[in-house]
Amino acid sequence: MAMQEEMRQTALELTGDELLVAQDLKKYFPVTRGIVFQKEVASVKAVDGVSFALHEGETLGVVGESGCGKSTMARCIMKLLEPTGGKITFRGQDITKLSRAEMRPFRREMMMIFQDPYASLNPRKRVGFIVAEALQVHKLGTDAEIKRRVQELLEVVGLNPEHYNRFPHEFSGGQRQRIGVARALAVNPKLIVCDEPVSALDVSVQAQILNLLKDLQRDFNLTYIFIAHDLNVVRHISDRVMVMYLGQVVETADRNSLYQEPKHPYTGALLSAVPVPDPTVGRGRKRIVLEGDVPSPMNPPSACRFHPRCPRFVEGRCDVEEPALINRGGPASHTAKCHFPLERWPLTEAEMRTAGTAGTTETAA
Amino acid sequence: MALLEVNDLKTYFRTDDGVVRAVDGVSFSVDKGQTLGIVGESGSGKSVTCLTIMGLNSKRSAISSGSALWKGEDLLTANPRRLREIRGSEIAMIFQDPMTSLNPVHKIGDQLSEAMRLHEDVSRKQARARAVELLKAVGIPRPDRRLDDYPHQFSGGMRQRVMIAMSLINNPDLLIADEPTTALDVTTQAQILTLIERLQEEFGSAVIMITHDLGVVAEIADDVVVMYAAEVAEKGHVEQIFKKPHHPYTWGLMGSLPRLDADVERLVQIQGQPPSMLRPPTGCRFHPRCPYVMPICKEVDPELTAVSDDPGHLQACHLDEETKDREAAKLLAGMMSGQTAS
Repeated sequence: MAMQEEMRQTALELTGDELLVAQDLKKYFPVTRGIVFQKEVASVKAVDGVSFALHEGETLGVVGESGCGKSTMARCIMKLLEPTGGKITFRGQDITKLSRAEMRPFRREMMMIFQDPYASLNPRKRVGFIVAEALQVHKLGTDAEIKRRVQELLEVVGLNPEHYNRFPHEFSGGQRQRIGVARALAVNPKLIVCDEPVSALDVSVQAQILNLLKDLQRDFNLTYIFIAHDLNVVRHISDRVMVMYLGQVVETADRNSLYQEPKHPYTGALLSAVPVPDPTVGRGRKRIVLEGDVPSPMNPPSACRFHPRCPRFVEGRCDVEEPALINRGGPASHTAKCHFPLERWPLTEAEMRTAGTAGTTETAA
Repeated sequence: MALLEVNDLKTYFRTDDGVVRAVDGVSFSVDKGQTLGIVGESGSGKSVTCLTIMGLNSKRSAISSGSALWKGEDLLTANPRRLREIRGSEIAMIFQDPMTSLNPVHKIGDQLSEAMRLHEDVSRKQARARAVELLKAVGIPRPDRRLDDYPHQFSGGMRQRVMIAMSLINNPDLLIADEPTTALDVTTQAQILTLIERLQEEFGSAVIMITHDLGVVAEIADDVVVMYAAEVAEKGHVEQIFKKPHHPYTWGLMGSLPRLDADVERLVQIQGQPPSMLRPPTGCRFHPRCPYVMPICKEVDPELTAVSDDPGHLQACHLDEETKDREAAKLLAGMMSGQTAS
């Protein structure tokens, strides 16, 4: 166990100029029984030992199925949830244990864009107020200055500044998400955590928001953590991608490396499951269909958590020994948490299944 | 004769704000064993089209015209009893949201066997046996024990599979799937699509797949209808639509899709928002968002016409074919060049 702990740590090489570092981040939600004397009977390990480093101006994409802990991780980083364990460093400062008041100056530096543009804007407040709220909380300027700034922001995100006094219901989904973006930008943050910002939008509007986010990143040197379950979208916007499964990182790599040479069978299965909008390509290839559902994070499978669904499962290895998240071939920054990484990509279904044995001899040699 | 032939279908809803033209002159047909994909953004009328065919619109507010011939019998004028006979046995529908389409207070097994017992004279025991068989077919582990579970004991993907099992219980000739995978993860989506394909092979049913995901359409559809603002913008065989798209809206949809196999710095975006169907734009309904708009587009609504030297490919746009061929080629070349660049 101690060795694994060490490996997790060493996998993260820090240079000191990272904007954000998360080390062995954990968030457990207690499961209680009883009404008066609540007894903790179990815990849901929503995030279980996630580490990553993020440089300024970079976009980190986070993908995984629903329930894999992506959003919980984001909320821990934002300190909207208190992490159970681990350490979060923002600009070299440990923010894990800061109180609400101590956290306030940091809140200006990190903002969030939420998934549902219909639920994340207060329907009773005018757009001007919604965007200005953060400015007022942080006392950034007089009322007149704030108003000018808000109008400027609305223009930046492609809305009419005249719409300052409108209510959220007067806008369409895409426009609302633009309001969400303007609100996040208001205090000039360094880091924006985007939690599925486009999954509720139609494709044509989704493209508008993705382009907007890219433009803003270029203009304001923003850093994004971009959470999505759509692998196409993540690929489009990210520099680095992290694949999560049941609260853990199973693979992380530069975008091209990850999409061209996935190492973890789970990443492979995800990639093969994405429909390709090209009838000739799409029908020629074979989907790797994962059996069953994501297991409950209350009682995760032993060792490698992916083993009950893995096409390359090797009994006696995968269910006994937990693989470390280390380099498994390819560029040094490409790490995967698997004993039997994929040799190449794409693989046929047979190779996907049988290569497990080939992998054993390889590691033995 | 086609299994289902929809001609000039129109559905208008009376609302307090005026008449919403949800479907405005849609025609298509589906043959036995075929898969028809209907693509479009939310509000384009895809779902209402299918609800109208099934006779599931509210009688109070909806007015429909045109025809929907099911094996020669018009569903729009069929009496409610006949419709009930057809629904669930000959035509089945899978709804978008697996979380709300199952009744939360009844056991899965009861809901499944009800669907069967309504249409066929079978005993409870037989219906139950058939339910087990289907749950097994859709890949639910230990089906005989899961029959006595309630919907909340199933995950989203499993509930959607239960819905599919329910829709297949009477071996329908046509399965209408309204965004069956939209609420699901890619891995579950792959399971469901594989399942629908397999069942189609096995039972020879026709499928109408409603989706906004061009990827899904490219993978499973034979024919494609692209809908925009209650009208058909383009339709044809899947190869025609993807290899030689002829409508600026289809180009926009394809260009705005980030893809795994191509690298583009900026996505092509369609400007603006889909129009309100209370007051649809004059002329071509896409003209306020169209980059190729010409004066005629604002005046005259283009007819759905055949593309010359491409039989079966219909499109509704005023642009001349030369420009279209050029632009379509440019769009596809852009994707290809991205492919090589990556």
